[in-house]
Amino acid sequence: MEEIIQAQNLTKKFGNFTAVNDVSFSVQKGEIFAFLGPNGAGKTTTIKMLTTLLKPSSGTIKLNGIDVIIHPEKARKTFGIVFQDPSLDDELTAMENMEFHAVLYKVPGHEIKTRIEKFLNFVQLWDRRNDLVKTFSGGMKRRLEIARGLLHKPEILFLDEPTQGLDPQTRNKIWEYLQDLNKETQITVFFTTHYMEEAEQVAQRIAIMDHGKIIETGTATKLMEQTQTKSLEEAFLKFTGTAIRDEEASGVDKLRIRARRWNR
Amino acid sequence: MSAIYILWKRELIRYFRSRARLVGSLGQPLLFLVALGFGLGPVFQKAGQGNYFQFLGPGVICMGILFTGVFAGIQVIWDRQFGFLKETLVAPISRFEIMFGKTLGGATVAFIQGIFVLALSMVVGFRVQNFLLIPLALIAMFLVALFFTALGITIASILEDMQGFQLIMNFIVQPTFFLSGALFPLSGVISFLSTIAYVDPLSYGVDAVRGSLTGVTHFGLMTDFTVLIIISATVLIIGSYLFSKVEA
Repeated sequence: MEEIIQAQNLTKKFGNFTAVNDVSFSVQKGEIFAFLGPNGAGKTTTIKMLTTLLKPSSGTIKLNGIDVIIHPEKARKTFGIVFQDPSLDDELTAMENMEFHAVLYKVPGHEIKTRIEKFLNFVQLWDRRNDLVKTFSGGMKRRLEIARGLLHKPEILFLDEPTQGLDPQTRNKIWEYLQDLNKETQITVFFTTHYMEEAEQVAQRIAIMDHGKIIETGTATKLMEQTQTKSLEEAFLKFTGTAIRDEEASGVDKLRIRARRWNR
Repeated sequence: MSAIYILWKRELIRYFRSRARLVGSLGQPLLFLVALGFGLGPVFQKAGQGNYFQFLGPGVICMGILFTGVFAGIQVIWDRQFGFLKETLVAPISRFEIMFGKTLGGATVAFIQGIFVLALSMVVGFRVQNFLLIPLALIAMFLVALFFTALGITIASILEDMQGFQLIMNFIVQPTFFLSGALFPLSGVISFLSTIAYVDPLSYGVDAVRGSLTGVTHFGLMTDFTVLIIISATVLIIGSYLFSKVEA
C-alpha cells in the first residue's frame, strides 16, 4: 500500500502555546481516515498545516510524495478541502462558484461544463445551479462545497468537521456520496470530527487526538479492544479523560488576540 | 493568466449585481458637484479663476475612483471574514496572481465608477476642452484606480477586521482627498498645505486628469504620469509582499 499522506514530527506553536505537539502519522491511498478529538485538540491546526494554510513550526508533510512546505502550489493540486466554516461567495450563484474554482485549478476548458454538471448532480444541486448561494441552507452550502472540492479530481479530500450543525438526513446523505466516491475512485478521505458514531461508521482508521498529540491510532474495533470497552465513546473517554473542555479559542485566534494586544 | 481573469471577473460580477451599491456610490460625488459647484462657483468666478465646474469636475471624478478603489481593496477583509479568502489562498496559484487579479478587478470597478462620475459632471456643467486627450485622461483615471485599489488590499492585509476601517477612512482616505488639489488650486496656498499636497498621491492623479481634460495642470502631465506609474508599481509590490504573508 502506498502512503499518500505522510506527516512527521509535526509541531505548531503560537507564541508559547503549542497547538500541535510532535505529531506523526500516515494515511494509505484510498483510505477513509478520521481525526477524532475534543474541542481545542489541534485538529483544525493540523488540517491547516496539511493543506498549506499554516506553516508548521517544525516537521515535514508529504502529500502524494510532494513536500508541502517546499512546493505548496504543486501540493495544492492534489487535494480538495471542505473547511469547517463556509468558504463560498454568497453573492455568486452555485454555478459561478464552481466555475471560479475550475479556473483556479486549471480544469481544462472543454471539461468544465460537464464536470460541473456531474458534481452538482452528485450532490443534488444541479437544479439550483443558477441561484445565489446566499439563498442556500447550511446543508446545501456544505454539499456545494463538497462538489466544489471534488471538481478538480483531487487524490485526497480533506474535510474539517464536515457534518457539524447538519441534520441527520443531510449527514447521512453526505457520507453516502463520499463512500460511493471512495469506492469508485479510490479517493483518500481525511476528516476531523467529534461525533463518535460518524468516526465509527465511516472511518477505516481513527486517530484520537488531544492536547495537540495523537494518543492512539487504529480501527474502531482495535481501540475498543485496547481499552476493553464496548463503544467507541467509552474508549474515547478512557483515552482522553472525562474532564469537560472549556471551548478555547483556536490557535490562530489566540495569535490574533495577542497581535491585537501588542498593537494597542 | 486565467486565474487573474477569473478573479477580475468575480469583482465585476459582484459590482454589477449590486445595483444599490452602484447607484449609492454616485450619491457622494453628485453631492460634491452640486453643493460645491453651485455653492462656491460664483466665488471662484469672482476671484477670476473662471468656471469652477471646470476645476472641480476632475477632482470629483478622482474622488469617486479613490473611494471605490480603496473600498474594493479593503473588501479582502470581508472575504476573510466570510471565509471565501481561504478558497483562494488554498488554490494552486501564487499569491501575486491573487493580489494582481483582485487589484485589476477592483481597479476596473473604480475606473467604471470614475466614468460614471465624468458623465455626471458633464450633466451639471463640466466641459471637456480637448477631446483628443480623452484617452490620456482615461489612462490617468485607471492608474489612480489601480493605485488606490492596491493600497486598499495592502491595508486589508495588515488589518485583522473591519474595526480599523473607520480609522483608515478618517486618517488616510478623507485627508488624501481633501488635502489634494481636488477642490482648490494649489498655487498660492500656504506652504504647509502645498507641502502636503506635494506628497499626496491623489494630487498627481487629479492633476493628470485635469490636465488631460481641461489643459490646466499644476505639476505638468509628464511629472503626473511618472509619479502615478512609479507609485502604482511600488504599492503593488509592497502589497503583494504583505498579502503573501496573510494566513487563513
